[in-house]
Amino acid sequence: MPGYKMELTPEQLDILNGKKGETMAKVMKTLVMYGETFGATKMVPVTSEKGHLVTSFGISVMKPVYELMDQLIAGGVVSKQKFSVDPRPLDKNVPANFLENLVFNKFMYSAQEKYDAQLEKVGLLSKSAYTCTCYLDEVGNTPKKGDVLSWAESSAVVYANSVLGARCNRNSGIIDIFGSIVGYVPYFGLLTDEGRKATWIVEVKTEKIPEAQVLGSAIGMKVMEDVPYVIGLDKWIGNTLDDNAKAYLKDFGAATASNGAVGLYHIDGLTPEAVESGKDLIAENAQVYVIDDKELERVKNNYPVIWKDKNATPKLCFIGCPHLTYSQLIEWTEKVEASLKKYGNKKVVIPTVFTAAPAVVEKFNKTPYAARLKATGVVLSYICPLMYMNNPLCGKKPVITNSNKLRTYTTSRYYTNAEILEQITKGAK
Amino acid sequence: MKTFKGRVVVPGTVASAEALVTKQGFNTLASFQKSLQFGDKTAKCGDQNNPDLYEKPMFNTALCLPQTIGSTTGGMVLYCAAAMGRTPSCLLFSKPIDSLAAAGAILADVWTDKPMPTIDNLGEEFLEAVKTGDKIRVEEDGVVVIL
Repeated sequence: MPGYKMELTPEQLDILNGKKGETMAKVMKTLVMYGETFGATKMVPVTSEKGHLVTSFGISVMKPVYELMDQLIAGGVVSKQKFSVDPRPLDKNVPANFLENLVFNKFMYSAQEKYDAQLEKVGLLSKSAYTCTCYLDEVGNTPKKGDVLSWAESSAVVYANSVLGARCNRNSGIIDIFGSIVGYVPYFGLLTDEGRKATWIVEVKTEKIPEAQVLGSAIGMKVMEDVPYVIGLDKWIGNTLDDNAKAYLKDFGAATASNGAVGLYHIDGLTPEAVESGKDLIAENAQVYVIDDKELERVKNNYPVIWKDKNATPKLCFIGCPHLTYSQLIEWTEKVEASLKKYGNKKVVIPTVFTAAPAVVEKFNKTPYAARLKATGVVLSYICPLMYMNNPLCGKKPVITNSNKLRTYTTSRYYTNAEILEQITKGAK
Repeated sequence: MKTFKGRVVVPGTVASAEALVTKQGFNTLASFQKSLQFGDKTAKCGDQNNPDLYEKPMFNTALCLPQTIGSTTGGMVLYCAAAMGRTPSCLLFSKPIDSLAAAGAILADVWTDKPMPTIDNLGEEFLEAVKTGDKIRVEEDGVVVIL
């Protein structure tokens, strides 16, 4: 094929030349152009068992995406691997008034059923595979170290790269499924050893465990799309990737990826490549960013509050963006119970929604904790809080969250875990 | 008249378009969502965190920016905007293009009949020189002229 510099195998060339149909050729052409933009010299096989897509929402404005999906289906072009996908935007259990429900169901997400059906046709793993935390054991889309992925969803990509040692670029929606369809992705960036070197050293010098969501935010805003090597955090979260450390890194990573554009971080003495190669992962002339408690406070105090009435009483609280792990659900249940007791309340004083993957919700609901959480008044849902918030009605509602990702993309207001707990159990004022 | 040379990501020419300049990262989802949702054909920027662009029409402009930031839906949003005819007439990046913007520009090129010429690596000097409202010409070989 003239005009391309990338070295392609005969099979890849055949696809590009249309031997597997015009639609497949366009899919390959897109990936080749995408790779060449970043200097990729070849396409490498996608080696993970499963894919993950960022687009889960049947939002009416995405009509061109649904038309493209129709083209793929009509051309017999489906994913070579099953995939999970980001959380659903709707759940009738999440508080919404009549008008909001009307807007959600009749206007915004009116294409949801059609899109769900399209996803099933092109390779959706199962009807419960809707979550941003697809890598959790309960969900079962956990790549192995060194696996090459064709994923999107910034929080999942940064987790897979950093905590699991898989290899994936920060792909856009549509590019994710294209890689899963042809079974190849262009070799550049975070797929290469060079691209995984850290160009920033972050020295954590706090006097207490840093709030994961603020630390991630500070690092993301500083390093943007670069790779940071974080020193001093293992002092607070240990040297073993246990449930607590993984949950911390999930929240930390989501903040680095949304407040900046981080696709990979290394934690000294903890994450797999840092344990394996240590400071050899740091590139020459890496810049240094020192973070102490004062710096975290500065970052947090600079978050804009875009509520119309900055003193409004919160009307809703979301905890779980990204989705909570099973251990986090247990921990939050216990914390809410204890705090309600402390303040002499029986139920949360602000409508509160915890969100988790359907498989995690199912596991949790089989335990006595489910009834205990229900008794506190907290709603447990599989919804995507970000999609829930992305409409003009919810945008005007004073919503609070402990998620720096949700804060970044919506009008919700960020509070630390401790502040949120007090607000929902004691009262906002 | 000032001339800058960048790298062609998506080829094409623009005879004349009005510059719309942001010095900070362009959040694609936040910028386009409102206009796509509510049928605003002028594509007014909906990103409240971007004072350079907020509420300014983006349709048919020469959007001058360092990089894009935000959600990995970004490329898909750009593709949708192109398919619906709501995009700027070209994208002019001072820095090397990021993976999300590249995806959007390439998807628009391959899958729609409304491609957006896209040039990156124009340098910091370009973003310092260009002002919102300037007339811009884009040539096939990545030359960008502030008229």
